[in-house]
Amino acid sequence: MLVSVYRYNPEIDDAPYMQDIQIDIPGGKDIMVLDLLHLLKEKDTSMTFRRSCREGVCGSDGLNMNGKNGLACITPLSEVVKNDKLVLRPLPGLPVIRDLVVDMGQFYKQYEKIKPFLINDTPAPAIERLQTPEERAELDGLYECILCACCSTSCPSFWWNPDKFVGPSGLLQAYRFLADSRDTATNERLAELDDPFSVFRCHGIMNCVNVCPKGLNPTKAIGKIRNMLISRAT
Amino acid sequence: MVTSVTSFGRSGLYDWMMQRVTAVVLAAYTIFMIGYMLLNPELDYNQWSALFEGTAMRIFTLLTLLSLVAHAWIGMWSISTDYIKPTGIRFVFQSACGLLAFVYVVWGIQILWGV
Repeated sequence: MLVSVYRYNPEIDDAPYMQDIQIDIPGGKDIMVLDLLHLLKEKDTSMTFRRSCREGVCGSDGLNMNGKNGLACITPLSEVVKNDKLVLRPLPGLPVIRDLVVDMGQFYKQYEKIKPFLINDTPAPAIERLQTPEERAELDGLYECILCACCSTSCPSFWWNPDKFVGPSGLLQAYRFLADSRDTATNERLAELDDPFSVFRCHGIMNCVNVCPKGLNPTKAIGKIRNMLISRAT
Repeated sequence: MVTSVTSFGRSGLYDWMMQRVTAVVLAAYTIFMIGYMLLNPELDYNQWSALFEGTAMRIFTLLTLLSLVAHAWIGMWSISTDYIKPTGIRFVFQSACGLLAFVYVVWGIQILWGV
């Protein structure tokens, strides 16, 4: 099969280019895209990409595979290869450091902005802050986010305003803390989001839902934040 | 909190809500107009001007005109902040949209009360 990989080494190359590599998959097996990347690296050791857990938990190997973002380690070739061809690019919209490695600074900055930790100004109990099973269930579909950035980098609103729009990942996390019964900073959190960019740049095109490797739904979380803002302000 | 002084209502929630409320007004006016024309296929000048002489129709039309301007402002502002990155050009574009909106309001009022 033919693999076309985005290559860019700022120390050598003047501009990024696509490198076409013909490769035979040993035994014709349906391997993961990450395994394919390792085969490519055996051919050309300068090939650079991030990976760690190789089982869809760490979120390091987010890539754009044939136009769709996803985690290379849990995406089988059969799912993405079209006409025996695979185009591999770094996550769109973020600055490229080298080859498939992007600078996630802007993404983490937005995450930092939503204060991703519990804020509770009441005196801490002796053991722990308890939740009812129902209160805990509110966090399902929110806490599972692994910050791989597949969603935010598939979002045009994030491409155009990565410094102002929090992005689907950050907003999913923002709602995770808004929905937490143990958090008391709901008002302060909402006040931080009530501007024309942070939340409202989302136009609900649901690219984020389409690509999330964990099957989460940031658009739904954004809708819930919007509802909280409405009930707080009307 | 991202600050912004050129957006319609300075608040994201306010802009979002205005966009939806004005959309409902625009939809209602569009449906009314299409319905009126379908029900009156033999429409002539006298009937048309009589329609717009009524106070209710003038209120409805002016409301629609103002809704259109607010709706367009919020939309054009969003587009300009997405796609026009140099601040100077973006500000000129936004100012031009604002000026055009103002011209349309004055012109619209003139037409509406001129029939």
